[in-house]
Amino acid sequence: MAKGRTVVGGRKAVFMSLMKQVLLTAVLLLYMIPFFLILVNSFKRKITIIKNPLMLVDPKGFSFDNYSSAFREMNYLRAFGNSLLITFVSVAFIVLFASMAAYFFARTRNFAAKFSFSLIVAAMVIPFQTIMIPLISIYGNMLGLLNMRSTLIFMNIGFGMGLAIFIYYGFIRSGIPISLEEAAIIDGCTPYQLFFKIVFPLLKPTTATLIVLDVLWLWNDYLLPSLILGKKRLYTLPLSTYTFYGTYSSDLGKIMAGLVLTILPVIVIYLILQKQIISGVVAGAVKA
Amino acid sequence: MEKNAMSNKIKTYLMFAGPAMFFFFAVVIIPFFYGVYLTFTNWDGISERKDLIGITNYIAVFQDSGFWSALLLTLSYVAISTILVQVIAFLLAYLLTSGLKGQNFFRAGFFTPNLIGGIVLGFIWKFVFSKAFTAFGAMISAPLFESSWLSDPIKAFFALILVTVWQYSGYMMLIYVAGFVGVPKDLMEAASIDGCTDMQRTRHIVIPLMAQSFSICTFLTLTRCFMVYDLNVSLTGGEPYGSTIMAALHVYQKAFKSKQYGLGQAEALVLFVVVAVVAVTQYYLSRKKEVEA
Repeated sequence: MAKGRTVVGGRKAVFMSLMKQVLLTAVLLLYMIPFFLILVNSFKRKITIIKNPLMLVDPKGFSFDNYSSAFREMNYLRAFGNSLLITFVSVAFIVLFASMAAYFFARTRNFAAKFSFSLIVAAMVIPFQTIMIPLISIYGNMLGLLNMRSTLIFMNIGFGMGLAIFIYYGFIRSGIPISLEEAAIIDGCTPYQLFFKIVFPLLKPTTATLIVLDVLWLWNDYLLPSLILGKKRLYTLPLSTYTFYGTYSSDLGKIMAGLVLTILPVIVIYLILQKQIISGVVAGAVKA
Repeated sequence: MEKNAMSNKIKTYLMFAGPAMFFFFAVVIIPFFYGVYLTFTNWDGISERKDLIGITNYIAVFQDSGFWSALLLTLSYVAISTILVQVIAFLLAYLLTSGLKGQNFFRAGFFTPNLIGGIVLGFIWKFVFSKAFTAFGAMISAPLFESSWLSDPIKAFFALILVTVWQYSGYMMLIYVAGFVGVPKDLMEAASIDGCTDMQRTRHIVIPLMAQSFSICTFLTLTRCFMVYDLNVSLTGGEPYGSTIMAALHVYQKAFKSKQYGLGQAEALVLFVVVAVVAVTQYYLSRKKEVEA
């Protein structure tokens, strides 16, 4: 396309596209400044950060002291492990239960199926804040189930159902030929065999989209975990970042290092799976 | 025979939809209705006693000026952020579909803030506003940056907007890019041959064809901004002088700080109704536009 334009528009077009390039580069650099500032300052001593936050390198040189103390005091490995466990288990169950239910709703034309599906879609408009107070009242005061990772996972599964069933449903209705299933039934498949051996593998692109959306949501979730997990050893990464910030807010070097440590895993994954993440986000938004 | 068919149906329902419906009811439906019940009680979150007190909480909602100023602040925040996000995201998407070098790199770059949670983004920007901007302001002696934005009520409000726009414009850009890519090539070529300028093509062909992208992006920005909590907590914490407390944070504080669960829940429901009305109105207005286009 760029080549064709050069022929048609001549020098002016080349100049214009160069201008666009320069403009975009400038805007992107501006966008990245906050991350850059955090990174630069994480290697500096507290005193130089306060004196001059814009200075790139500490006169005494790079230091990793901030990182080692942040790593230790945030309980980084434990928080990372908690986040990983909670995200992984929740997503696995969301994918499993939602795909099964969506398949059933998409292929069954009776009142119970239609009503259940409509209820799930309608409930998607309820914001979390409308449910959080009764949720804590039921699971905390009545049942005494707070301060358990399994309670959080349980709730994540419930909150994940809406979007997941909705997206799977749309894909099954439009993308999975029913003739395939009819053939399998004639061959004597049980319902579960039919679903797990034939339908579920065909849902792979949708499953990938959902994994991206749900991992981004759960890994970064703060409000619900903060209500459920009150003990330090159960903290997820966002929770431990929050507490760490509250404890050391004046010790800027440590804070900067802590923030970089929190962001790092996500950025590494993004560098590897950039294409899949971006297409997952777009697919999720357009379908929902 | 009849009975057998029925029990078979129930069996398949439970086999496939059973687990999903169990979690969904336990976490969403039952708490929702229990929450409606809570609004008619005076529960304080600790005691065994929950007295039914009729609509006292709803009357208290109307008298709670803190709630209404939080709601008003949220509405202005939502309106300004939503418009700015659409404008910037659309412009970015326009530039990033014109065949420049490294388009994918730029798209990935602008999306980056959306990988990170609001809590962490808020802390990052807190440092930028209170330390980096002030140092920068002193260096070039720009009065706008000399004192921290976060210590002035109005500037703190715009700090929240700035971070929101910074974050979501990269997200919505991706959806607009998908919209631009979906505009048929032959239509664009035909317009060029007929002598349309770039501007005319964008105004009369691209924008009408992208009505759907506009309604998706507006809906997403609107609903997300309404419920903003994480960023509010970490960037301003409602300060200075409680001037930047948005609706979600206000509800949280009512319930979990001042232990007025019934009142907090009543305010949460009012908030829900406001969001639902705004979202549904937006949906129908843009549907109408889509049909016209």
